[in-house]
Amino acid sequence: MSEHIVPTRTYYTIFAILMLCTGLTVAIAFVNLGAMNIVAALTIAAFKATIVVLFFMHVKYSTRLTWAVVVGSLFWLGILLALTLGDYLTRGWIT
Amino acid sequence: MAEIVHPSPAPFDSAQGRLAHQFDNLEQQKEASTLGMWVFLTTEVLFFGGLFVTYCIYRLWYPAAFAAGSREMLIWAGATNTAVLITSSLTMALAVHAAQTGNRRLLMSFLIVTMLLGCVFLGIKAFEYHTEFAEHHVPGAAFEFQPQALRQNAQLFFSLYFVMTGLHALHMIIGLGLMSFMLWWAWNGTITKEYYNPIEVSGLYWHFVDIVWIFLFPLLYLIGRHV
Repeated sequence: MSEHIVPTRTYYTIFAILMLCTGLTVAIAFVNLGAMNIVAALTIAAFKATIVVLFFMHVKYSTRLTWAVVVGSLFWLGILLALTLGDYLTRGWIT
Repeated sequence: MAEIVHPSPAPFDSAQGRLAHQFDNLEQQKEASTLGMWVFLTTEVLFFGGLFVTYCIYRLWYPAAFAAGSREMLIWAGATNTAVLITSSLTMALAVHAAQTGNRRLLMSFLIVTMLLGCVFLGIKAFEYHTEFAEHHVPGAAFEFQPQALRQNAQLFFSLYFVMTGLHALHMIIGLGLMSFMLWWAWNGTITKEYYNPIEVSGLYWHFVDIVWIFLFPLLYLIGRHV
């Protein structure tokens, strides 16, 4: 499993996609989409991060234990974001 | 006369010699070190996560100041640095591939290119910091910002900008240190086709630092461009 050698062609493909996405996110930033600008920027960033993790960091070919740690890190980051923002964003609700 | 029997040393095998006694085999050892790096990266995700949450809250509170602040960023520098880091991630991945296939010369070349790209990133970052110092965008008594009404909150944006990119740059410097060790180990033959986990694990760290920048770039440089 971890002996899996990813062909270099995969790396070049991922690199090309990452570069295209970088160009795309810069281009979109100059178009006025209102509140959707930040959504578009973060969606592209999340997509880029995902393919880096899966291919450059070999998680796609890693053991389930590695998967559990990766998903776990996102889960804890989710707790950090959700609970903290859940507090700050709802403070105005009580007058 | 009793004959003294010395335990004969195992025939020297560079790869087996790298096997720590607590592991059954190199495969298990590699999985353990990969897992260990991922656990460390989890702590790093939460380390940077705290700063990202802080950024989110202040951006939600002061959207105008944050948008105005991001328009002061040198977008060409940020975009170039994104491309530089992505390219360095490619050369890092290719370095791991060279290690796996036992190509020592290629491994060393890719490590050197990765380090050079890391230096280019830091050079551009240093140029940006210099520009921001010259424009009085460093938080403190000398901080200046137009329009004056946004000065106070724009200072928050720049504080977060310097802390987040500064911490990221520190990670880059640590990464360069790691890569120097890897280059040394590749050169002296420690790294072999069978024993390449140090390269793999350092690569994980390098890619992680790249991912942090993938999020920093849109949040700091792009948010207010369309206004």
